[in-house]
Amino acid sequence: MPKKMHIKKVLIIGSGPIQIGQAAEFDFSGSQACRAMREEGVRVVLVNSNPATIQTDPEMADAVYIEPLRSDIIAKIIAKEKPDGILSGMGGQTGLNMTAELAEMGALKDVEILGTPLEAIYKGEDREKFRDLMQQIGEPVPKSVILTSLNQIDDAIAAIGLPAVVRPAYTMGGAGGGIARTREELTRIVELGLSRSRIHQVLIEESVLGWKEIEFEVMRDSANTCIIICGMENVDPMGIHTGESVVVAPILTLRDDEFQMMRSAAIKIIRALDVQGGCNVQFAFLNGEYRVIEVNPRVSRSSALASKATGYPIARVAAKIAIGLRLDEITNTVTGCTPASFEPAIDYIVVKVPRWPFDKFKGADRTLTTAMKSTGEVMAIGRTIEEAFMKAKRSLDTDVQTHTSPSEIRMILSRPTDERFHCLFDALRQGFTIDEIVQLTAITPFFLEKIKNIVEQEKRLASGTCSREDVIRAKGYGFSNADIAQISGKTQQEIDAITGTPAYKMVDTCAAEFPAKTPYFYSTYETDSEIVPTDTKKVLILGSGPIRIGQGIEFDYCTVHAVKALKEEEGVEVHIVNNNPETVSTDFDTSDRLFFEPMQLEDVINILKTDRYFGVMVQFGGQNAVNLAVPIEKEMQRLGLSTRILGTSPDAMDIAEDRDRFSVLLKKLNIPCPANSSAYSESEAHAMAEKIGYPVLVRPSYVLGGRAMEIVHDEHELETYMKEAVRVSRNHPVLIDSYLQNAIELDVDAVCDGE
Amino acid sequence: MKAVLGLEDGQYVTGNGFGVEGECSGELVFNTLMTGYMEALSDPSYFGQILMFTFPTIGNYGVDVQNMQSQSIKVLGTICREICDAPDIKPAIREYFEQKKLLGMSGVDTRSLTIKTRVHGTMRAALVVGSDDGEYAVKLARKTPSVTECNPIPEVSCKAPYRIPGKGKRVAIIDLGLKTNILTSLTRRKGDLYIFPHNATHDEIFGCEPDCLFITNGPGDPKQAAATIATVKKCIGELPIFGICMGNQISALALGGDTYKLKFGHRGANQPVKYYDGRIFITTQNHGFAVDADSLPEGCEVTFVNANDGTVEGFENEDLKINCVQFHPEAHAGPQDTECHYFDGVFRRLG
Repeated sequence: MPKKMHIKKVLIIGSGPIQIGQAAEFDFSGSQACRAMREEGVRVVLVNSNPATIQTDPEMADAVYIEPLRSDIIAKIIAKEKPDGILSGMGGQTGLNMTAELAEMGALKDVEILGTPLEAIYKGEDREKFRDLMQQIGEPVPKSVILTSLNQIDDAIAAIGLPAVVRPAYTMGGAGGGIARTREELTRIVELGLSRSRIHQVLIEESVLGWKEIEFEVMRDSANTCIIICGMENVDPMGIHTGESVVVAPILTLRDDEFQMMRSAAIKIIRALDVQGGCNVQFAFLNGEYRVIEVNPRVSRSSALASKATGYPIARVAAKIAIGLRLDEITNTVTGCTPASFEPAIDYIVVKVPRWPFDKFKGADRTLTTAMKSTGEVMAIGRTIEEAFMKAKRSLDTDVQTHTSPSEIRMILSRPTDERFHCLFDALRQGFTIDEIVQLTAITPFFLEKIKNIVEQEKRLASGTCSREDVIRAKGYGFSNADIAQISGKTQQEIDAITGTPAYKMVDTCAAEFPAKTPYFYSTYETDSEIVPTDTKKVLILGSGPIRIGQGIEFDYCTVHAVKALKEEEGVEVHIVNNNPETVSTDFDTSDRLFFEPMQLEDVINILKTDRYFGVMVQFGGQNAVNLAVPIEKEMQRLGLSTRILGTSPDAMDIAEDRDRFSVLLKKLNIPCPANSSAYSESEAHAMAEKIGYPVLVRPSYVLGGRAMEIVHDEHELETYMKEAVRVSRNHPVLIDSYLQNAIELDVDAVCDGE
Repeated sequence: MKAVLGLEDGQYVTGNGFGVEGECSGELVFNTLMTGYMEALSDPSYFGQILMFTFPTIGNYGVDVQNMQSQSIKVLGTICREICDAPDIKPAIREYFEQKKLLGMSGVDTRSLTIKTRVHGTMRAALVVGSDDGEYAVKLARKTPSVTECNPIPEVSCKAPYRIPGKGKRVAIIDLGLKTNILTSLTRRKGDLYIFPHNATHDEIFGCEPDCLFITNGPGDPKQAAATIATVKKCIGELPIFGICMGNQISALALGGDTYKLKFGHRGANQPVKYYDGRIFITTQNHGFAVDADSLPEGCEVTFVNANDGTVEGFENEDLKINCVQFHPEAHAGPQDTECHYFDGVFRRLG
C-alpha cells in the first residue's frame, strides 16, 4: 500500500507531566514519531503540557502547543490547525484517553485516527470488551468479573476466589489496582479503583500469581504483516506490574515451541485489534499453559526498553506505518541495507532493573503491586546473564542495604519490595537453597542459579586464595575492578593489571548477520572489540542514568541539547554514555556513538581508553556525573590521558558542592549566607546546631535533589535524623544551615564563558 | 577440557571442550536463532557442518528431546559462547553431549567469528576437543573437502521406504534428510505418507500410486543429488511436485535451472520473505545454496524472495504443478506464520 497521500498534517499528543508510570519513554517515542513523520514530508502539530521535553523543542514539530492535555483544549487546537490525522499511540495512556474523549465529543469528524483505531483503544482498556474479544478469537484469559459498585464484592469472591487481582479501567501504570488476599483488602482496593477509573469500572480477576510473566512487542502494518520485535521475560513472576519487575530479554526459560505458541497468539491479537503500529501483549505462563493478561495498543515503557534492547526503533517505524508505509518499505536504519520487516536477532542478554524512589520517601509502603511505584529504570547489556545482572546493579546508583539475618531475609523475599532483587544475593550468600527461595518468591530457578554463580564467584574472590582465573571469571560475570579489589582484599592496581580493558561489541539488530551503520556499543570481557579509533575530535557526554526524584528528564533534555550544539561545530564527534533505556539521549541516532554502560569511574575510564578523546562533559549528567568529575580527572592524570574535563573545572564544581569550601568562597567575596557548618560526627552536629540556633536545615554533603534534607526544630529531631536518615563519616559530613523562616526564595541562572 | 577450532585461513581459537574428546571437520556456519537449539542441532540439513550459535547461551531450558527434528544430533560439532549447566529441567546439555558422545566447544567469542564468516564467506573448519593444538586443527580444516565435493545426503536419508498411514491424500516423500515436523505438518492434514530414500526410482514412487511428490530438506550441495534430480525429472508433469529447502533446489535443477552457493547462507528464525502479492512472512531458514532466478525455465514464477537480499525463496510452475519453498514452513524452530499458508496450499492444490 502506498503512503496515505491525503495525510499532510498530523496531530501528535504527548503524555504531559512526568508521573509514576508515565515518564521519559513518551518523550523518546514522541520525538522519534515527530522526526519520522517529517522525514516523510508530513507536517506535525504537537501538543504537550510538559515543556521539559525534547519533543516540544521548536525544531521538532511544525507547530508546538504547550497546553493542558484536556479534550476541550485539544479540540480547539484541532479546529485551528485542521490536521488530517491524529496519532494517538505516542502519548501513553494519556494520548489514548484524549483521543477517545475527542472522538466521543465529535471533535474528530474530519480527522483520521492513525495507528491505534478507536475500537482498539476501547478493547485494550475496557476489560469486558477485551475479554469478549479474546473469547471470540479463542485466546485464554484469566476468569474474571467486572464490578461497577461495591455491592457486587461478595458475588465476585464467590465466582473468582481469593487472592484476586483488581484492575481498574482507563488508568495509567495500573494506578488504583492491587492484589487482595482478604475480603477487607478487596473492598479497600475496589473502592479506590472505582474512584480512579474514568468509567467507574474495575475488574476482579483469577489470580495467576507466581506464573511466569512474558511480554511481546509486536508490530503490524497495513498489509497485515506482523513481526515480533522482542520477547521479554520478567524475573519477578506474575503479581507485580511489569514496570516494577526485573526483566530480561530475550526470553530465556521457554522452549521454542512454548515461545512460538505465545508469539502466534500475540500476532493473532494485534490482528484482531487492527492496530497499525506497535502493540505490547503480556502473558502469564505456567506448565505449558498461558493466559493473555493485558494488551497495550500503543508504545509504552516496554516498547522503549525493547527498542533499546534490540536496536529496533519501534516508535519511528510505528509512525511511518501509521501514515500507510509498509514494513518492507521502511529501511532498518541500523543496518541501512535491510528492510524493517524482519525480527531482530540479538547476541547478548539484556537486563532491566527498576529504580524506586523509596530512598527519598522514608516510611512509604515499599511493597510492589500491580500499580507502579518506580520512577525509572536502568538497562544493562552483557554476553552472560550474570554480567548483565551485575552491570544493571552497578548502573542503579543506589545504596543497597545488605541483610544477614535469615529471618529478615525470609521476610523480604516473601513479599515483593524494591529490596527483593538485591536480597536474593543476600539469601544465597547466607546459604539459602534455591528450593527455599523458589518457595518464598516463585522466581524461576534458572535465574536464581545465575545469581548463585555470582555469589559463589564472590566467595572465591574472598577466599584469600583468589587466583588470576578467578579474577578473570569475575570480570566475565560483570564485577567491577573496584568490587573485586574490595572483596579479595587486593589493591585496585593489582586487579587492573590482571583485567586489562574490555571489548566493545555492537548492538546491531541482526546478531552480526549484516554490517551495521549505527554505532551503539556495550562492553564485555571478550577478545575482539569492534571500535576502530579515528582521528576526529571527540567528546564524551555523561548521561544522567535512571530517572529519580530530583534527577528527571531535564538532564536528558540538557544532554540532547549539548549533543546538538556540539554537532553544529565542524569536525566534532559527540559520544554519549548512559544506561537509561527510556530516554532520547540513548536513541540510536542522537549521538555519533552510544555506550550503554554503568557509569562508575571504571566504566567511564574504559570508554575513554577506547579512542582518543578531546574531552569529557559531566555537567549534563546530574549529581552522579558531577560526583565523578574529580575522580575522572585524577584517573586521567594517572593514566597520562590528554583528555580534559570540559566546561566548569572539577575543582570549581567541588567548591560549589563542598559546603566548607563554598562558605570560604562566599566570605572571601563578601556575600552573606545563612550561618552554617559541617559536622563529622553526631556530637559535633549537636554542638553546631546549638551554636547556629534551631530551626536548622540538615543534609548530607553531595546531595541529590534534596535527598534526606530536613528541617530540624530541636535536638530530639536532630538525634532521630542523625541516627536514621544519614550515615555520617569523615568523608561524608552532615551540613547544618540556619533555616531562614518566611524568606523569599529566588533562583538566578547565569552563564559565563570563563573569561 | 581443552578444545580448539581451526579455520582454513590459518586462524584458530581455543575454548572449553564439552561432550567427549574427538575431532571433526566441515563447514563452519552460524545460526542466529534465540530459541530452538535442540531443533537446530538435530536438523539433518546441518549434517557435515560445525554449527555456531550467535546467541550467547544454549542449554538454558535443558534438552527437549521431544522437539528434536530427527532421532539424533546431526551437526558434527557445536560452537557457542556458553552452555548452561543448571537449567530448570534436567539433563543439562553437557550431560547429554557426554552421554551421546558429541563434540562441543564453549567460551568462544562467537560474535567475532560470525563477523569473520560474514566478511570472508563460509569457511572450512576443524574442531578438536581434548587438545589445544591450533596448528593441527588448521591443518585438519584445510584437508577437509569443500562442500561442493561432498554428498552427505545418503548418510541422512532413510535406508528403506516406510509408510505413515493417513486417511487423506497420498504423498510420496523423497527423504533427503527430513525434519520431523514436515511429516507432522503433512500428517496433521491427514496425508497418507510414503517415505522413500534419496535414490528411489520413478517406478518405485509410482508404485504407491501417489497424489503428489514431496521433496524434503537435506544437507550439502543440491547438485550432488544426481539420483534424486534424475527421478524428479521423470516425475515432472506426471505428478504435482512440492518441496522444501533442498526440495526447492532439486526441483529447480530437475527443470533445467541452476543453483549457486551463497556467501554465508541464511540460517535463523527471523528471515523475512516477500510473497508475490507484497505480503511479508517471517520464516525459519537453513540454506547455504540458492536457486538462480534467471535460470528458471519459462513457466516458472518466483513466488517468494528474501526481503533482505532478494534471493529466491520459492517458485511455482502452474502448468507443471510444481510449488516449492526454500524456507521452512514447518518451523521448529521458529515462527509458524507460513505453516498454514504452505501446507494448506499443498492440500488445496491436490483438491
